[in-house]
Amino acid sequence: MHHTHKEIELAVRHTLSIIVDNEAGVLARVIGLFSGRGYNIEHLTVAPVDLEGNESRITVVTIGTPHVIEQIKAQLDRLVPVHRVGDLTECGPHVERELALIKVHCKGEQQLAALRIAEAFRAKTVDSSLDSYIFEVTGKTDKIKAFIKLMDDVGLVEAVRTGVAALSRGAEAL
Amino acid sequence: MSGKAISGAEIIINSLVDLGVEVIFGYPGGAVLPLYDALYDQDKIRHILVRHEQAAVHAAEGYARSTGKVGVVLVTSGPGATNAVTGLTDAMLDSIPVICITGQVPVHLIGSDAFQEADTVGITRHCTKHNYLVRDVDKLSRTMHEAFYVATSGRPGPVVIDVPKDVQIYTSDHVHSGTIKHASYRPEVKGDINAIREAVKLLAGAKKPVFYTGGGVINSGPAAAQLLREMVQLTGAPITSTLMGLGAYPASDKQFLGMLGMHGTYEANNAMHDCDVMICVGARFDDRVTGRLDAFSPNSKKIHIDIDRSSINKTVRVDVPIVGDVAHVLEDMLKLWKATTLENGRQSYDDWWAEIEVWRQRDCLKYTPQDDVIMPQYALERLQELTKDKDVYFTTEVGQHQMWAAQYLKFDQPNRWMTSGGLGTMGYGFPAAVGVQIAHPDALVIDVAGEASIQMNIQEIGTAIQYGLPVKIFILNNEYMGMVRQWQELNHGGRYSQSYSESLPDFVALAKAYGGHGIVVEKPDEVDGAIREMIETDGLVIVDCRVAKLANCFPMVPSGAAHNEMILPEEDEENQEYEGGAALV
Ligand SMILES: Cc1ncc(C[n+]2csc(CCOP(=O)(O)OP(=O)(O)O)c2C)c(N)n1
Ligand SMILES: [Mg+2]
Repeated sequence: MHHTHKEIELAVRHTLSIIVDNEAGVLARVIGLFSGRGYNIEHLTVAPVDLEGNESRITVVTIGTPHVIEQIKAQLDRLVPVHRVGDLTECGPHVERELALIKVHCKGEQQLAALRIAEAFRAKTVDSSLDSYIFEVTGKTDKIKAFIKLMDDVGLVEAVRTGVAALSRGAEAL
Repeated sequence: MSGKAISGAEIIINSLVDLGVEVIFGYPGGAVLPLYDALYDQDKIRHILVRHEQAAVHAAEGYARSTGKVGVVLVTSGPGATNAVTGLTDAMLDSIPVICITGQVPVHLIGSDAFQEADTVGITRHCTKHNYLVRDVDKLSRTMHEAFYVATSGRPGPVVIDVPKDVQIYTSDHVHSGTIKHASYRPEVKGDINAIREAVKLLAGAKKPVFYTGGGVINSGPAAAQLLREMVQLTGAPITSTLMGLGAYPASDKQFLGMLGMHGTYEANNAMHDCDVMICVGARFDDRVTGRLDAFSPNSKKIHIDIDRSSINKTVRVDVPIVGDVAHVLEDMLKLWKATTLENGRQSYDDWWAEIEVWRQRDCLKYTPQDDVIMPQYALERLQELTKDKDVYFTTEVGQHQMWAAQYLKFDQPNRWMTSGGLGTMGYGFPAAVGVQIAHPDALVIDVAGEASIQMNIQEIGTAIQYGLPVKIFILNNEYMGMVRQWQELNHGGRYSQSYSESLPDFVALAKAYGGHGIVVEKPDEVDGAIREMIETDGLVIVDCRVAKLANCFPMVPSGAAHNEMILPEEDEENQEYEGGAALV
């Protein structure tokens, strides 16, 4: 492709909330749109959120130029089972959290170090054996990353993250 | 909503009847046998048996585009569904309302690699507007109705309904009728009145406006085409159209500049490049239209009317976006325009028209006729002349002949021109013509074809003969995949790799073999006679019109060039290699 636009736009990180019908294949439609059109997915979470289980909320963290972000929203909006698309980054202040489980293998001194770091990060110990722990930590992406980095020095075995869940601040819904 | 329980197959047939469907195009197989059984003893729906499922979809597209109705397709699971994929993608890219019912293996076998199982909803997810796998017979009726709503509302498109064989057999008393809207899918048809006001203001202040219109006008319906005429004539501004939009505005009107884009006219492309206000109506700034994006109409303010918000600012930034249905928006626009100009008047376009007149004088579609060889342009000019007073519909295949047809045929009405624009599908034209002829049995339906493209769905002659469809296939036979050869000439130093049409059939004998009529024409002075014979012959006719082998289609904006950097017919000898052109499509 040739130069698409004269101005050079910088890629920015956006957190999108998408309310969809909770039906077979809906996640494939959303993800397929991203892969088919070459958009990024940094994080993805999805689960039903209403009591009847009719609607699911998908949170996608994506990176793109403002023009690409606009396109992503417009493209999502025209998928048939999509009810609403919200751009939390654009709508103002919002809360973002993710949860991670981190398994470390360590002995002696290192065990104390691991527990001290976990305490500082308000991580819960959800499993422990003589030479291992699993910590559960929640927070913003940066905090999770910092925690994993520190644990790497202590004896990280493996980690799993849920990806970002997010809501806008205040009384309003999407 | 409740009544006597009937089978899934009957529910499907009844829903089709309820939704006003008269014809379906299909091909049977194991997974749709219950449906074919239900078709057997009823006379409300006519089934047209094609010879290949791709052709069923193209026929449905031709039917839809020439009538404004939905085209309906019925195919079996596995290979039936996969054969339909090209047609579905074609309908997707050209926004044609099509419903495609596919058979599926019984629910308990799904996922087991059963015989003729394919993941149809998975495969067609990207080439349909929406698709459904109906696992519960109680949801079948509702799904049928909802699918019609989705296919026809907003920006139209193809919808697949995948129905497992057991669901066709199970019975249910859940039966709906009438329209069922989708819970979340509710496209806006009214445009924002403030944006429309702003557009009118821009237009009233313009010195060099141009209307750039597309297939959206035709999809919006006859009222949209009528309103467009009124609007354009009231403003006095020039208008150009995309390949998809031809016929929405009368080609014979003096304000019409012809088609724009890669093979558009000199005057249309220059007007687009130099205009100060562009009003894009139901078109999508496709790359065949814009040429090099950073040089596209650099000094204009752009207004864009489109029912699909994602088409706006996709490739070209616009100043006034209006999301809505063309007819609705134009209606509001007309009212405001009348009020505004009554009060303040408008700019004179005399200087603008004088500029355009100079471009027109260049006569960019001029070609040099030959005494002994038929020029393809000449053949099309004669075809236009000898059919202009008839009730005629044209379809095309894909290639040079398609572009020449767009340049030399003149469409004064919408829904008369069916061509594969977005996907550029060779093999589209003939089955599409079959669909058009089914919808308009007494009309003259002509597929302008290339000798290569026609071979991609030539088996449909069988369909045409079976139903007595007098479709005319007019082959511009240059013995080359001409468009490929032209690009090889321009971009690859004339190395004609695999673009010669070897071992062509004897098209006259072929027509005869199926029970049709064939005509060969080799000399310019025989062209009129051949066309007349074609028109006067009842039944299917193939005209094998042998044309100049190496003619190129001009004007041409090479890939990667700007609108004002066109190659014109007389310049074609010099300097055609275009920097970067070889890497572009
Ligand atoms: C299904 C498909 N395959 C390949 C192409 C690429 N293609 C575009 S035009 C063309 C040649 C068409 O030849 P012909 O039908 O003889 O038309 P002409 O250009 O000679 O008028 C080809 C191969 C296509 N458009 N569609
Ligand atoms: Mg050819």
